[in-house]
Amino acid sequence: MTDIFGIPLPALMGQLTLGLINGAFYAVLSLGLTVIFGMLRVINFTHGAQFTLGAFGAWMLLNYFKIPYWVSLVIMPLVMAVLGALVERLLLKRLYEMNHLFQLLLTFGLAQMIEGTLAVVYGSSGKPYDNPMPGGVDLGFMFLPYYRGWVVVASLSACLVTWWAIERTRLGAYLRASTDNPELVRTFGIPVPHLMTMTYAFGVALAALAGVLAGPIDQVKPSMGSGLIITVFAVVVIGGVGSIMGSIVTGFALGLLESLTKVYYPPASSVVIFLVMAIVILAKPTGLFGRQP
Amino acid sequence: MTATCAAIEIKGLQGYYGPSHVLHGIDLRVPAGQVVTLLGRNGAGKTTTLRAIMGLLRQRVGSIRINGKETIGLPPERISPIGIAYCPEERGIFPSLNVRENLMLPPVLMPGGFSTDEVIAMFPRLAERFNSPGTKLSGGEQQMLAIARILRNGCKILLLDEPTEGLAPVIVQQIGDVIQELKRRGYTVLLVEQRLDFAMSVADLHYVVEHGCVVAQFSNDELLAEPGRLQKYLGV
Repeated sequence: MTDIFGIPLPALMGQLTLGLINGAFYAVLSLGLTVIFGMLRVINFTHGAQFTLGAFGAWMLLNYFKIPYWVSLVIMPLVMAVLGALVERLLLKRLYEMNHLFQLLLTFGLAQMIEGTLAVVYGSSGKPYDNPMPGGVDLGFMFLPYYRGWVVVASLSACLVTWWAIERTRLGAYLRASTDNPELVRTFGIPVPHLMTMTYAFGVALAALAGVLAGPIDQVKPSMGSGLIITVFAVVVIGGVGSIMGSIVTGFALGLLESLTKVYYPPASSVVIFLVMAIVILAKPTGLFGRQP
Repeated sequence: MTATCAAIEIKGLQGYYGPSHVLHGIDLRVPAGQVVTLLGRNGAGKTTTLRAIMGLLRQRVGSIRINGKETIGLPPERISPIGIAYCPEERGIFPSLNVRENLMLPPVLMPGGFSTDEVIAMFPRLAERFNSPGTKLSGGEQQMLAIARILRNGCKILLLDEPTEGLAPVIVQQIGDVIQELKRRGYTVLLVEQRLDFAMSVADLHYVVEHGCVVAQFSNDELLAEPGRLQKYLGV
């Protein structure tokens, strides 16, 4: 059996696959956060809870209404987008002019309420969600479960479609311009407040999509989002706040880095991303892909 | 002069930035098809007046009629479609967009604007730099781009805030030519300008703004005949 620096190849590839999966979640979640921050200048601390709601929503649809995974994958992002739009319209919108602390309190408070409610109703131990794509394929050097492959493909597609929509379409140009100078964009007759609502809804939909994808990988539990979101914030900072491609590349790269650390020096695996964050902040405060101000 | 031929008519406009009262009852009238300037010292309220017209100044009271329609209560995105466009002093080129995207960003709001080809014919330099980031352009090119992009949308009233500021004489000349061409096409221009010679070379009517009020009004012929009349307001 081939070893790479003392690690058997299948074990290494297995870890790398895990890293790729984690990276996929980092990428999709940090993409949503960065899109929301760019347009609204709000750090969405509810993002993790919205991810969790995506997963729980899929679980509820399956268990109460027998609605299968593939349908939930479409329905939940749409439902969460509507809820997100309501949150922006009814609550967040009132806070744009105020100190950022109030936005933090609102979004963090919402996250606590969502997680707390889910924990009371469903318990904190977690619910299983059946794998919709059992089985896998032997690639020779490793065994790849179909579902894990699907998660990476689906996440990467969501990221690339988002990148294309923002960097290559007219609506995306409105968004980018509004990120630079929202007032001037409004003088061109473009309804920036509506764009802000749509952007928040879209970011929340991405979180929900990631949540539905995550359900079958692990268990569906109230704390699944808050566990992930701390790392995702670090990913956003490393990639550069507001950078679309930065979020995608950094998300996947840090997932891989984390899993490599798990293989070669496990004790460091939980801190390596934060170590990178500290170094990046010291060396390039705008992040790896951020624009210099 | 009837009310219908005023492109912009402002009465008793008061404006505030938070607690500071900056416009103290602006009254002015911009006749359709003319080039009108706002003159005055720095801090007199000229830029604030333009921002108030576009709805960018949040706290404003009084009356601002554009093409006869009252706009004092409207947000910026509903004022522009009445037929008015704005080129800010800092030019407002979007750094996240390349030159082409900056040029094409404002949606066409009504027919009768310049076609993209006409805009490019007017500002050929822009086409050569289409794929550069907007902020990589020189100051003069950025000013060209900032004017060019509001010509496509069909709005026939343009607010230009110090378009010649910090630019070389040859470019100032070019901007003067552009304003003359706009006038030939029936555009109305409200211009904030520090260069008196430039203002007098393009405008029909001048308002002098001081401490947030209009304190004097001259036709261009009056000023050409007696340039000293402005000394009292603009001299230091």
